[in-house]
Amino acid sequence: MYIVECKNITKTYQQGNVAVQAVRGISLLITKGSFVALAGPSGSGKTTILNIIGGLDSPDAGEVILDGNYLSKMNQSELANLRLHKVGFVFQAYNLIPVLSALENVEYVMLLQGVDTIERQDRAKAILDDVGLEGKYSRRPAELSGGQQQRVAVARALVSNPSIVLADEPTANLDSGTGLALLKIMKEMNEKRNVTFLFSTHDHMVMDHARRLIQIRDGQVADDQGEENTDAS
Amino acid sequence: MYFKLAWRNIWRAPRRTAVILIAVIIGVWSMAFLGALMRGISDQMVRNGIATLTGHIQIHHKGYRSDPVIENNMAKPSVIEKVMRDVLPADALWTSRVRVNAVASNARHSSGLTLVGIHPLSEARISFIGEAISQGRYLKPNDVLGIVIGKVLAEDFETELGKKLVLMSQDKDQEIASRAFRIVGIFTAEMEATEKRFAFVTISAAQEMLGLNKEISEISIKLSSYKEANTVAYGLRSALWSSDYEIHTWQELLPLVTAVLGMYDGFIFLWFLVVFIAMGFGIVNTTLMAVFERMREFGLLKALGMKPWWIVRQVLTESFFLLVIGIIIGNGIGLWTVSALSSNGIDLSSLAKGMEFVGMSHIIYPAFYAKDMITANLVVFVLGLLVSLYPAIKAARFTPLQAMTHT
Repeated sequence: MYIVECKNITKTYQQGNVAVQAVRGISLLITKGSFVALAGPSGSGKTTILNIIGGLDSPDAGEVILDGNYLSKMNQSELANLRLHKVGFVFQAYNLIPVLSALENVEYVMLLQGVDTIERQDRAKAILDDVGLEGKYSRRPAELSGGQQQRVAVARALVSNPSIVLADEPTANLDSGTGLALLKIMKEMNEKRNVTFLFSTHDHMVMDHARRLIQIRDGQVADDQGEENTDAS
Repeated sequence: MYFKLAWRNIWRAPRRTAVILIAVIIGVWSMAFLGALMRGISDQMVRNGIATLTGHIQIHHKGYRSDPVIENNMAKPSVIEKVMRDVLPADALWTSRVRVNAVASNARHSSGLTLVGIHPLSEARISFIGEAISQGRYLKPNDVLGIVIGKVLAEDFETELGKKLVLMSQDKDQEIASRAFRIVGIFTAEMEATEKRFAFVTISAAQEMLGLNKEISEISIKLSSYKEANTVAYGLRSALWSSDYEIHTWQELLPLVTAVLGMYDGFIFLWFLVVFIAMGFGIVNTTLMAVFERMREFGLLKALGMKPWWIVRQVLTESFFLLVIGIIIGNGIGLWTVSALSSNGIDLSSLAKGMEFVGMSHIIYPAFYAKDMITANLVVFVLGLLVSLYPAIKAARFTPLQAMTHT
């Protein structure tokens, strides 16, 4: 069963007077529970593809079906709802709310979902324990290392039990040891919770751990080795 | 958690928050204080005006107000008294007077003034004179030769208690009537003009001097509240159907005071508006700065699934905290300032002459009006939230990607 279906999507940005074609007719099928990396150099269109799949951006042409939902048929409010319940995001810059503690950052998504306080706290603590942040619930982002902050971001992405986690260069700002530890956590979550992970990356370590590697060049799929081809773990 | 987040957000830039809080506090304080000051002034103007022989309602013979001569008297006060007993509220007080222009003279000076013949007992409960005696004594009902004059008049005439004062006026037969009175009391009043203008004798003495029988010049009525004046006056006009009489409320009797009161209302409104506009710009500016600084954060929240309305709510919650804190402190300081000044008042003696012109006292006692306070607070609170809507909506309208790439 496919969690993501991209059918011939294109996207062009206007940069001043120049039209930049970021995505040129990409079609992808991502199966549920997979651990996929979109790899390619900067400007190849990886992040644009992730944004389109996550409903943050819309394609000029083509169709994206996310967990059975046709994104082109959804308005902004419906897309926000879809992101809230079906998609978890992990961004390159850790993107936590600085005035909230680790626990509150994780809780916040559930607050938006309307989960009651006790359940929110229980689930947030459990997921923080899972990513190795037990005992650091009350630390604010500024009191956490980069790797710990990114773990909070992963916990926040997973706590709402999404269908897919979209991670945009999650290890780009981390040293290799910390990046590897984070990657292992995400892989563990993928296996334990059967949550689909789709990364954009140009980090070889991430590519090595992905079970499927899709190479993107100039907004097109340059190479797709399919499921289980590149698992080096 | 919304409140916790909003509360922490407003303290992310403590200096900026302090600046906007100070703006709100000064705004609310100035609204509270200046409102109380204006109300204090206008209250005193009304009180002075009403106490200086005006009352809340007056009844005269038709034409007396435009031509206060002795011929325009009310020959049958008993008819009016009967109507008043039927129409006036039980707690209403009233008194009748003879009031004519006269010339006072002694061996050295002479001056024009208003001779007021009063019922000493009922007059004392209605006008200022009952509590205004500073030397000597007040009139007794059977005083036939006693007169009470103001302190300034006594000084001008270089006279004192026990001395004679001759009063001259036109009597009922249009002849010159004069009578010598002995000064039994000297009164002081809020305004010098009052001390110069009025001389009080008993009504029977005035009637005797002017050749009047039971005729009187005016009836003055004091109600439990000045707000009842229009209603009661309407009732009196309906009951006293005769066209021989005119009934006026204090607003009609004190047109200058009424005009100044209207002007003060306008001034208070304008002040509220000016303060709010200045404060409103501060709030919009600060909130916009706070919103733009956190644009990436709003983008993140929208990416996570936060709906635009929730962002509006979050920004408004932060403004709510700022406004509530500012309003509480502003009101507190305002109340403290007013209560500190209300015991001794603000002495404006140096401006006394100009102030007397509009019936103001030398010392202003600020007075809190709940209505003004509620209006000021509502203006700040509601309009403050309304102007915060602009930055809030601006934040909410960015798409997640626009917001996250905002620099």
